[in-house]
Amino acid sequence: MSVLVYTESEQGKFKKIALEATSYAKGIADMMGTTVTAISINGGNAEELGTYGASKVLEVSDSKLDQFNAKAYADAIAQVAKKENALVVILSSSANSKFLAPLLSVQLDASFASNVVALPESTSPFIVRSSVFTNKAFAKNELKNEIKLIGLSKNAFGLKENNTDASAEAFSPSLNDADFAVKVEAVDKVTGQVTIADAEIVVSGGRGLKGPENWGMIEELAEVLGAATACSKPVSDMGWRPHSEHVGQTGKPVASNLYIAVGISGAIQHLAGINASKVKVVINNDPEAPFFKAADYGIVGDAFEVVPKLIEKLKEFKVNNA
Amino acid sequence: MKILVCISHVPDTTSKINFTDNDTKFDTNGVQFVINPNDEFGLTRAMWFKEKQGATVHVVNVGGPETEPTLRKALAIGADEAIRVNATPTDGFFVAKQLASVMQEGNYDLVIAGRESIDYNGGMVPGMVASLTGANFVNTCISLEVDGNNAKATREIDGGKETLSTSLPLVIGGQKGLVEESDLRIPNMRGIMQARQKPLKVVEAVAAESATGIQSFEKPAPKGAVKMVDPENVEELINLLHNEAKVI
Ligand SMILES: Cc1cc2nc3c(=O)[nH]c(=O)nc-3n(C[C@H](O)[C@H](O)[C@H](O)COP(=O)(O)OP(=O)(O)OC[C@H]3O[C@@H](n4cnc5c(N)ncnc54)[C@H](O)[C@@H]3O)c2cc1C
Ligand SMILES: Nc1ncnc2c1ncn2[C@@H]1O[C@H](COP(=O)(O)O)[C@@H](O)[C@H]1O
Repeated sequence: MSVLVYTESEQGKFKKIALEATSYAKGIADMMGTTVTAISINGGNAEELGTYGASKVLEVSDSKLDQFNAKAYADAIAQVAKKENALVVILSSSANSKFLAPLLSVQLDASFASNVVALPESTSPFIVRSSVFTNKAFAKNELKNEIKLIGLSKNAFGLKENNTDASAEAFSPSLNDADFAVKVEAVDKVTGQVTIADAEIVVSGGRGLKGPENWGMIEELAEVLGAATACSKPVSDMGWRPHSEHVGQTGKPVASNLYIAVGISGAIQHLAGINASKVKVVINNDPEAPFFKAADYGIVGDAFEVVPKLIEKLKEFKVNNA
Repeated sequence: MKILVCISHVPDTTSKINFTDNDTKFDTNGVQFVINPNDEFGLTRAMWFKEKQGATVHVVNVGGPETEPTLRKALAIGADEAIRVNATPTDGFFVAKQLASVMQEGNYDLVIAGRESIDYNGGMVPGMVASLTGANFVNTCISLEVDGNNAKATREIDGGKETLSTSLPLVIGGQKGLVEESDLRIPNMRGIMQARQKPLKVVEAVAAESATGIQSFEKPAPKGAVKMVDPENVEELINLLHNEAKVI
C-alpha cells in the first residue's frame, strides 16, 4: 500500500503543481504510515520528486503519450494504482488533471473529491476539506470507498521539501485503440507567456479601463511582475480581451499568491472566482467600490495615473533587488 | 441526432451562502435557483443543433420536485422534453449513475453537460457519465460540431486551446464559448406557453451508492481590514508587498 501521485510535466520538466501534489502526498503518507509513489508520463528527473518526498517514481515513456490524452492517461494511472495497490491517489487541479480525474475515479471505483484544500482531518474515516460554492464555503467530505481520489487545489498546500531517496523504475502501460478514440488534431497554445493557471501573480483589468486600447499598461505591469493577465467578464464579453482571460465564478478560477485588480468593481461573481488568491490589491477611483472590502491592500486613485507610477517604481525595485 | 442536456439546478450567482441544521445543510431560504450557467451555454448550443440539424433535445435533472421550474424554463427555451430523476443528488457519483442510466435507456447520441456546477463545483459528473457508459468525453468544451457520426470539438487548456476529433456517442463538459454570451436565450411568452404542454417525465432512481458524503459546511474566516495606500506613494505598496505580504 502506498499513496500514489500523478506528477504532471511540460516539455520534460515537472510543473510546480506536481511538486505541490507530491508534497501533499507525502503529508498523507506520513499520516497513514506509508510512502509516496509517483507516476510521471514523459516527465522530468525522478530526483526532483524525491526532494518533495517521493520514494519511488514509475516513469512512463511512450511517444503515443507525448500529447495529453485524458482516457489513455487515466488508463495508465489506473494500471499503476492497481499494481502498487494504492489506496489514495492524488491529482492536481490543472485543466488536464480535471479532465482525466472523473474517468480515473470510475475506473478505480474510487471516492473522488475535487478542490481539496488541506490534509485530511482524519484518514479513518477519511475526511477532507474542499472548497464549494466557488470559494464561498468549505465542506467536510467523507470519502467512503476503499480507494480515495483527491484533486488538490492549486496553492492550497504549498511546496514542502522532504528529502527522500527516490528510486526510478520504468513502467509500460498497456494501451489500446479505444484509449485514443478522442484524437488531438491541433494545439493552439501561446508559448513563453505565463498562464492564469500557473501564474504566481495575476494582473487583472476591468471596465474601468475604458477600452482595449488601454491594456498596454496592464500588460506592462504584468510583464514587470512576471504575471499573467486576466480580466472581468464584461471586458471579455465586449471582446476587449479574449475569453480565456475571463476570471470569476463563470470564468477561470484564480488561486495565485498575488492578484492585482485594476478598475474592477468587485461584484460577487468576480470575487467568488478569485477569492482563493492569497493577497489581493485593488486599484479603483471609487472609494465605495465593493472590492475594497475583499482586498488586503487598496489604492483609491485613477488607474491611468497610479498604474504607470507603479510600473516605474517596480522597475526601480527590481533593479535594487536584483 | 438525439441530444440529452444535463441541467443542474443551482443558486443564482448573487446568492448569499448560509447553512442550517448545525451547518450540515445549505440554507435555501430566500435563494433563487437557476439553470447552472455552464449548462445554459450547452442548452443554447443544443438549440442550434435542433434548428440547423433537426436534432431532438431532451433535458434532464436529478433532483426533487423543487427543480421542476428550472426544467420548465429549459422547455421554454426550446427543449422538446424534460426528464426528472426523482432523487436527492447526494454526490457526483450517484448523479452520474442516474444520468448514465437515462442516457442508455434513451439511446442518446450526444450528452451535453457543464464543466462544473457552481454549487458544489465537483467538475466530475460529465466525465463519470462518459466512463460509465463507454462514451467518448471532451471536457471544458468551447466549440462543438457534429457531422453524421463524427464530432469535432475544441477544448480550453491551460494557456490555449486544442482541437479534437472523435465520434458519437459523446459526452461533453461545456462552458462559455460553446455559444457567445449574447446568444443565450431568455424564454419568451410563446415559449413559456408551449412549455406547459411539453412532457416533463418523472422517473425513479436506479439503485446506486454515494461514494462521498458531506458531513458539514464552514464559511471562510472573516477577512482582516484592507490597508489603504496613498496613490502618491506607490513605493509604500511595493514595500508592503515585499516585506509584509512577501509576494514579490
Ligand atoms: C450569472 C452571472 C455570472 C457572472 N460571472 C462573472 C464572472 O465570472 N466574472 C466577472 O468578472 N463578472 C461576472 N459577472 C458580472 C458581474 O456581476 C459584474 O457585472 C462584473 O464583474 C463587473 O465588471 P467590472 O468590475 O469590470 O465593471 P464595473 O462594475 O463597471 O466596474 C468598473 C470599476 O472601475 C472603476 N473605475 C472606473 N474608472 C476608473 C479609473 N479611471 N481608474 C480606476 N478605476 C476606475 C469604477 O469605479 C468601477 O468600480 C457575472 C454576472 C452574472 C449575472
Ligand atoms: N443533479 C443533476 N442533474 C442533472 N445534471 C447534473 C446534476 N448535477 C450535475 N449535473 C451536470 O453535470 C455538470 C457538472 O456538474 P458537477 O460535476 O456537479 O460539477 C453540470 O453542469 C450538469 O450538466
